[in-house]
Amino acid sequence: MGWLRQNLFSSWGNGITTVVLLLAIAWLLSWFVDWAVLTAVWTAPSGQDCRGHGACWALIHEKYRYIFFGSFPYEQHWRPLFAVLAMLAMLILSADRRMWNKRLLWIWSIGSATTFLLMFGQINISSSLIFFLALVIGAGGAVLRATVGSPIEINAWRALAGIGVAGLALRLVGLFPAFTLSIAPFSYVETSLWGGLPVTMILATYGLLFAFPLGILLALGRRSNLPLIKSLCVGFIELIRGVPLISLLIMASVMLPLFLPSGMTIDKFLRALVAVILFASAYIAEVIRGGLQSLPKGQFEAADAMGLTYFQKTTLVILPQALRVVIPPLINTFIGFFKDTSLVLIIGIFDFLNTANQALVDPKWAGFPGEIYLFAAFVYFCFCFSMSRYSKYLETELNKGTRR
Amino acid sequence: MHKASVAAAVGAVALFASGSAWAGKDLDSIKARGNLICGVPTGIAGFASADSQGKWTGLDVDVCRAVSAAIFGDSEKVKYVPLTSQQRFTALQSGEVDILSNNTTATLQRDTALGLDFTAITYYDGQGFLVPKKLGVKSAKELNGATVCVAPGTTTELNLADYFRANKMTFKPVVIEKVEEIRAAFFSGRCDVYTTDSSGLYATRAANVPAPATADDYVVLPEIISKEPLAPAVRHGDQQFADIVRWTQYAMLEAEEYGISSKTVDDMLKSDNPTIKRILGVTPGMGKALGVEDKWVYNIVKQVGNYGESFERNVGMGSVLKIDRGLNKLWTQGGLQYAEPIR
Repeated sequence: MGWLRQNLFSSWGNGITTVVLLLAIAWLLSWFVDWAVLTAVWTAPSGQDCRGHGACWALIHEKYRYIFFGSFPYEQHWRPLFAVLAMLAMLILSADRRMWNKRLLWIWSIGSATTFLLMFGQINISSSLIFFLALVIGAGGAVLRATVGSPIEINAWRALAGIGVAGLALRLVGLFPAFTLSIAPFSYVETSLWGGLPVTMILATYGLLFAFPLGILLALGRRSNLPLIKSLCVGFIELIRGVPLISLLIMASVMLPLFLPSGMTIDKFLRALVAVILFASAYIAEVIRGGLQSLPKGQFEAADAMGLTYFQKTTLVILPQALRVVIPPLINTFIGFFKDTSLVLIIGIFDFLNTANQALVDPKWAGFPGEIYLFAAFVYFCFCFSMSRYSKYLETELNKGTRR
Repeated sequence: MHKASVAAAVGAVALFASGSAWAGKDLDSIKARGNLICGVPTGIAGFASADSQGKWTGLDVDVCRAVSAAIFGDSEKVKYVPLTSQQRFTALQSGEVDILSNNTTATLQRDTALGLDFTAITYYDGQGFLVPKKLGVKSAKELNGATVCVAPGTTTELNLADYFRANKMTFKPVVIEKVEEIRAAFFSGRCDVYTTDSSGLYATRAANVPAPATADDYVVLPEIISKEPLAPAVRHGDQQFADIVRWTQYAMLEAEEYGISSKTVDDMLKSDNPTIKRILGVTPGMGKALGVEDKWVYNIVKQVGNYGESFERNVGMGSVLKIDRGLNKLWTQGGLQYAEPIR
């Protein structure tokens, strides 16, 4: 009672404002409840039977499978369902700080393998890809562990990269026979049939997964002392930030095929994913640069004074501190990109928003945009709101050390 | 390390670039691949839309199904690639799709400069007028002084001005960009008339009239003031494939003209009429000349239906859109759909 009087009815003016606002809210709410619940139609054989009543939730009831999974073969919808669950599990597990070590690698390997196996149904790994992976992993290991690994370990990495190079070279001249490692438990479903929530989640998750390391490299490159690297990174970041995502997507979908030799096509989904990665990396780079600049100069100098190499300095001293500072803006960027992925609809990829749009076109059910968009908004809200709550949790969690 | 990264980049490009140069002819590559890749619109009611099971249906979709039935004997061997209007021509030029059945108006520029070949016209569309019935207007000639809702920067807007000037009438344009907003403005009474392609008018009338009004409270006027012939397009260079696409449309029209429908086609096999025998391949020769099976028309009609069936099912009286056949009637019934004879 006291709180009410103090905050809502402290004067005549405030009292009237409170009453008027309460009435307005009540009126809106009663209208909404009437529309969305009381006079709503929950099941109907077709859109025509919904007319003249409140909300047509029968439309959602009829279309929800299409909205969630798009043109994926209807009788196999359990596959995208479990793919989405696998991705959610992967994301939720990696949100836990106790997992932030080598386990993360396992979670993502298993989660990604499950997701793509379910979505594609079959994964064919050609010999070239195996050699290529050996090369990348070997080279990556050799560089990343250069100063910390034992000589034997380094040599093992080098040997792996060597096998990759040798294998690729032999494949190229045709000495090594082509073979394909096939894992094929289900029927193959190509990316052009993917749609709905899995597409949105894959574009956002893997777009950001690849954009993040690229962004770190760009941010470091931008602060590099080597003029060539610096100008390249600045050029890339400014170029990408200077154009809208839509133009990049149109470039990838309309311009690129014209430059390729005729008959050679690159998967449309992959093109969109690359465009998202490039775009996100430029923004992430700028966020991370903010973190780098917030570190006191003393940190850099202290690391130099200890005789650490550039690589050790960056990975052991600078980045852990810089990344901690930028977690809130990073998550902000992630939320933005989760929603931005819906722009792929302009190049004919059926993400979640676009399948919702599609549901409106079916002539049998046309004419209920409000219901569909409310539903889509609700799903997007669930994702974005949980991300924002997580960011808040992370902020308090990581600032425990600095709080008094 | 630099060499390694160059090798990595080359490897990455080689890995992700799938597919190889095709064997010279579109038809050969379609047959080798075992399916037809068909570029459809990203959703136009009645012409191409995905149903609740994610299956594509519509008039544009039926074109692809019929071509697939002609080539493979199976109307389901089609892969649909939804394309926006910006992407569609590039997708066809670059070989991403074999055929564009995308609600595309055939024009000289597109036929020549873009290197496309338009085959037979599958739907004669044209700009029309939608008015509320309570205005009591029977003809577009009575629209002098009307307020007209129209989308900006399109040929629609120019056609409208031309038509009113030619008939010495005046009008007040209400120019609105987004189609949902145009509809809202029209149904709320901000303008007396809504003008766009007549298929769009019928779709609006069928599905967007706000309650308590019904579709019967609005009429599409009989005047059509522009030509929008919609036709499937293929790339220049493979005349045989273009022939198959063109004759698939003619076959559907011929079937309707001779009363062959998906229900009667089996009985028609026993017909004595020499024309029907030729069409259905009872007298062999036609399919062979085209480079497909002799049973090609049988397969099309049995699985997809004749033109009339496809029209009624997708956009006509059997659908929600209830579009009058108008110009799309057979020539024998006063329309423009006139197929070259199969003989």
